[in-house]
Amino acid sequence: MRKALIVAAVLSAVAIPALAADVGLVKVSKGNVQIERNGTKVAAPVGASVQAADVIMTGADGSAGITFTDNSLVSVGPNTVFAIDKYRFDTTTHAGEFEGSLKKGRLAAISGKMVKASPESMKIRTPSAIMGVRGTEFVVQVDEEKK
Amino acid sequence: MNLFVVFLLAVLAANFFRAPEKAPELFAVLPARDGHVGAIVVKGAEGPEKVINEAYGTIAINGATQATGTMTAAQVREVFGSTLDALPGSPASFTLYFLEGRDELTPESQAELKNIFAELKRRPLPDIVVTGHTDTIGSLDFNDKLSLQRAQRMRDMLVQMGLPTERIQTAGRGKRELLVPTDDNVSEPRNRRVEISVR
Repeated sequence: MRKALIVAAVLSAVAIPALAADVGLVKVSKGNVQIERNGTKVAAPVGASVQAADVIMTGADGSAGITFTDNSLVSVGPNTVFAIDKYRFDTTTHAGEFEGSLKKGRLAAISGKMVKASPESMKIRTPSAIMGVRGTEFVVQVDEEKK
Repeated sequence: MNLFVVFLLAVLAANFFRAPEKAPELFAVLPARDGHVGAIVVKGAEGPEKVINEAYGTIAINGATQATGTMTAAQVREVFGSTLDALPGSPASFTLYFLEGRDELTPESQAELKNIFAELKRRPLPDIVVTGHTDTIGSLDFNDKLSLQRAQRMRDMLVQMGLPTERIQTAGRGKRELLVPTDDNVSEPRNRRVEISVR
């Protein structure tokens, strides 16, 4: 019985990513831009969908711009790794949370409806800090040559 | 002793004037296109959280060292130029007006349509929502239908001009969302409209 429950729990945990809805759309894609989803990397041209738990990666010549369902706009510059850790947005109440991690590189963003409804519902982590967004436009850089 | 104080001041000054973009991590608040300046709250591993709420205000984090400062627009451009260029266009919305009781644009709006189309076309993969509205002449049901008809007519025009139909959603709001509040059964040109929003 207990074993069956564990199996069920594991199965449901596995099933969730397959049901994940699109939370954003790649609107700008220049040079080498990839999305890593469930351990697989695929090219991310204009029109590619973005899901919660995706990791956006760019090469030395790459940059990409994404619109999210709450109208947040996020762009990444060259040599960047940006992971979407959490994203949910309720179109009726505008409640939600957006948590991302900038592992390296550059990010620019304009916050959307969820931050307007509840400040700091958008958070960006870097290797040594966490930033809460009260609005509206900001940039973040994480250098690679960190010792 | 005095020498030591001078040395200390020099170290402090060097830290203070050090260009923030040299630091391993940098956070900056930018003024929005409409001039609005927001705020970010940054909390490093050490030290209290800092609120940055002025245009081009920065916080640089280098290991345990945190320093607030400001950058110039040119410095931001130098570091974040290609990143900022990749930001998709901000959501925008446009309004066009219709002839009374019909799904025909007014001559002024017909002329204005070209400019709006150019703005929509400029975006690489637009998500467009066309919402139709009416004035308060007629029943709720009549106006619900008329507003949807206006939105669909607008979509057909945009498709004919070259926008992909699958990128355009339509909705009719009837007389439920008046731009200019009026009593029922009032002819009001400014309420006979479609709103085109694009993201």
